[in-house]
Amino acid sequence: MTTSTLFLNARVLGADSENVLVENGRIARRGAPADCEAVEVVDVAGNIMLPGLVDLHTHLREPGFEQSETVLTGTQAAAAGGFTTVFAMANTNPVADNAGVVEQVARLGEEAGYATVHPIGAVTEGLAGERLADIGGMAASRAHVRVFSDDGKCVHDSLLMRRALEYVATFDGVLAQHAQDPRLTVDAQMNEGEVSARLGLTGWPAVAEESIIARDVLLAEYLGARLHICHVSTRGSVEIVRAAKARGVCVTAEVTPHHLLLTEEFALGYDARFKVNPPLRTEEDVIALRRAVADGTIDIVATDHAPHPIDTKDCEWDSAAFGMVGLESALPIVNKTLVQTGMLDWSAVARVLSSSPAEIGKASSAGSLGEGAVADLVIFDPHASRVWSTSDLSGRSLNTPYAGIELPGRVIHTMRHGYFTFHDGNLRDEALVAADAQKYGHLSSTQTVAKD
Amino acid sequence: MSATLLQSDDVTRALTRIAHEILEGNKGSSNLVLLGIPTRGVHLARRIAGILERIDGDTQIPVGSLDVTMYRDDLMSNPMRESALTQVPVDIDGKTVVLVDDVLYSGRTVRAALDALTDVGRPAIVRLAVLVDRGHRELPIRADYVGKNVPSARGERVNVRLSEIDGDDVVSVTSGGDA
Amino acid sequence: MRHLLSTHDLDRDNAISILDIAEDMASFGHRDVKKLPALRGKAVVNLFYEDSTRTRTSFEAAEKRLSADVINFSAKGSSVSKGESLKDTAQTLDAMGIDAVVIRHGSSGAPHLLAHSGWIDVPVINAGDGTHEHPTQALLDAFTMRKKIYGEDSRGKDLSGVRVCIVGDILHSRVARSNIWLLSTLGASVDIVAPITLLPHSIGAWPVRVWHSLDDALASGCDVVMMLRIQAERMTHAYFPNAREYGRFWGLTAQRYRRLNSETIIMHPGPMNRGLEISSEAADSPQSLILEQVSNGVFVRMSVLYSLLTGAKGQLA
Repeated sequence: MTTSTLFLNARVLGADSENVLVENGRIARRGAPADCEAVEVVDVAGNIMLPGLVDLHTHLREPGFEQSETVLTGTQAAAAGGFTTVFAMANTNPVADNAGVVEQVARLGEEAGYATVHPIGAVTEGLAGERLADIGGMAASRAHVRVFSDDGKCVHDSLLMRRALEYVATFDGVLAQHAQDPRLTVDAQMNEGEVSARLGLTGWPAVAEESIIARDVLLAEYLGARLHICHVSTRGSVEIVRAAKARGVCVTAEVTPHHLLLTEEFALGYDARFKVNPPLRTEEDVIALRRAVADGTIDIVATDHAPHPIDTKDCEWDSAAFGMVGLESALPIVNKTLVQTGMLDWSAVARVLSSSPAEIGKASSAGSLGEGAVADLVIFDPHASRVWSTSDLSGRSLNTPYAGIELPGRVIHTMRHGYFTFHDGNLRDEALVAADAQKYGHLSSTQTVAKD
Repeated sequence: MSATLLQSDDVTRALTRIAHEILEGNKGSSNLVLLGIPTRGVHLARRIAGILERIDGDTQIPVGSLDVTMYRDDLMSNPMRESALTQVPVDIDGKTVVLVDDVLYSGRTVRAALDALTDVGRPAIVRLAVLVDRGHRELPIRADYVGKNVPSARGERVNVRLSEIDGDDVVSVTSGGDA
Repeated sequence: MRHLLSTHDLDRDNAISILDIAEDMASFGHRDVKKLPALRGKAVVNLFYEDSTRTRTSFEAAEKRLSADVINFSAKGSSVSKGESLKDTAQTLDAMGIDAVVIRHGSSGAPHLLAHSGWIDVPVINAGDGTHEHPTQALLDAFTMRKKIYGEDSRGKDLSGVRVCIVGDILHSRVARSNIWLLSTLGASVDIVAPITLLPHSIGAWPVRVWHSLDDALASGCDVVMMLRIQAERMTHAYFPNAREYGRFWGLTAQRYRRLNSETIIMHPGPMNRGLEISSEAADSPQSLILEQVSNGVFVRMSVLYSLLTGAKGQLA
């Protein structure tokens, strides 16, 4: 049986309205006539259509930390935020450092069906920074791992980092570095500066990030290896990446939505919802990061969605967990910080939130709205403003830093592989999504990708 | 609306009369200690002591201040009160202490002063002198020496100005908004 | 003013009011009956997550002199390691119907959290939090300086024109932070002396003049020298090489003490490391006000308790 959806009046990548026909999980026709045959017709009334968003940096917490998030609840949050593909970080318990764990995570994602889940493999065994993890085994597994990261921990040993870059390159992968010199950040709590000094919180100097990035781009340059820098947070880091790119180093970089919007000043009330790694920085850093996205120095925006149970945030700052949830709020924040400021147009948004992360992570079926592409897409109303609250969250944890802040824009529909995961402002039913995923999941299955 | 009750001369006359009455009641100035209740009571006590010394020749009358803030029974119901200095110049045990205040109203300040006095020592006799008694007592307390009895309504305010603080000596009554 | 969490957000009028009321409290300190009935019927909890016999005893004396009921709740170690969260403890205390919390905690900001989390709705007094602030210490230091300078005429005065030199581990010192803000608010000028390792990286943003040489700072003339306690663990974390070298460069040695102007006041928040940051000759000298600091601590804490716990909503008039 043929399924089809006709989107009327969609401003694809922000361009003039057109009609888009989706059939059997793929974009069948752009510029389709309004009266063409379709099972379902959805008039999106001039809202923006973007390719389904791709998050290169998500913590789904399963296995091991299911009280914070599961693959199901995390991908529901993803769908609510317009994401159709997420890369799940390796710091689970057990750590995703072998084929067994990554295959489990990928399978849970396929069954849930709210987003395509690409597990990220650990670089080192147990994230301990001592011995390489089963990188080849994970790359060759059904999960087809192409991104490797010890995120949460930095691969700080220089020799190990060199070997890791080389070994990951052997399997056509990319190493995503969490740049944090552990010695310069012992007990660190927030950005080192006037605010940390006043609050008596141990400072986290920018140089602890920058020195690692500087070393790693030099290693990548020397080795000719591919390097991705997670959550760049300082102006100095931007300068290092910019200079490296100018020399032709094969480096890519990401920034989180929260580093594009929030500053260290939010720590003034000791509210641990604002405690995050890397820490919120200064206004100057925020401006530099926005410019870096605009000029392409920073390639992508990635959420670093980090769910935590309430009691790990509702406590003394130095006892609190690092991290904030971010999937649902990512697109409104990009809208606020980059689109409304005139720094990016919608096709550039599609680049930083979809096609570039797909490319870095080798998720070749994602990131396009061309005819024949897998129908992963999001409809976004950029004008529907609202004061953010925890009721805007669809995951299991509530640690959003934006509660009470006005954020512009609202995801209306999210479609993955031709079926809705989020429809008319609501998550679609779990059972219906799982059933659709069984029919159309093969479009992005690893076997398909492997044959491409 | 403000009406003057006592002019500068009236205040002096009233204090002089109080001084005479104290001497009469005490049969001389021996053993007397005057303790004023801050702020204006302390100045009134000093003035009365000065008059006593003039009347009674070369005796020195000890004068001090007794702050009652910590002993008040309304600390939790009014805005926080700034306290004042307590300075008791001599041992008051066995003495005749005259407490001096500007206005006697509910009697609660005097009640607090009696408690405060208990923590300082054990006088043989305690007397009370006030410049104005405006009535409306809430406790069984009365003054031994009164400069002027002023019948007043509860809504009215009795204002005492003293030259040491306010530049001139005037006692006036102001009608309040909600009597 | 509902809480006393820091001196950074304490304005001049409130600070002077606390110091003035402390003067009145001090006037009761010498008589036979030291107890005042002001806080009769109020229950104050001393919630101490860190050992500090000095500070707790001082608060306890202040509470008892004001006739408050004192409940000592010592929860040594972090709340996380103990298994009961600060939130649970706060809600438990709230359920008991207490009237104020005095909190000492190893985590910076814990008193702020307690005051603003909504877990408990009573005045919170910070008795030292992590490396953040220790406001009552700064208030008693200011009180001690003012008393020494103005004697009986202290009421209403600030510290304009007074030069205070704070020496030692500024980076980790809650005493230094609280003093820097309060002294600046009261019009004093603050000089800081320390090796760069023991200064916050952004010290330039603070209202202080920075010296690295104690000798130069002392030679430039100051009215008060405040020595800070140096923690032994700083040595193992490479803030300075060893105790001998620290004492040689930043200690108030007997030699440095003898070179001081005889009017210069010597202070130390205690407990002292004699022979390290301060020599016995300096600590026990007539210029030292270290014991006055201790006695004044009780009066200042009485004043703070009185100011926060009386009044219709703990408001200053």
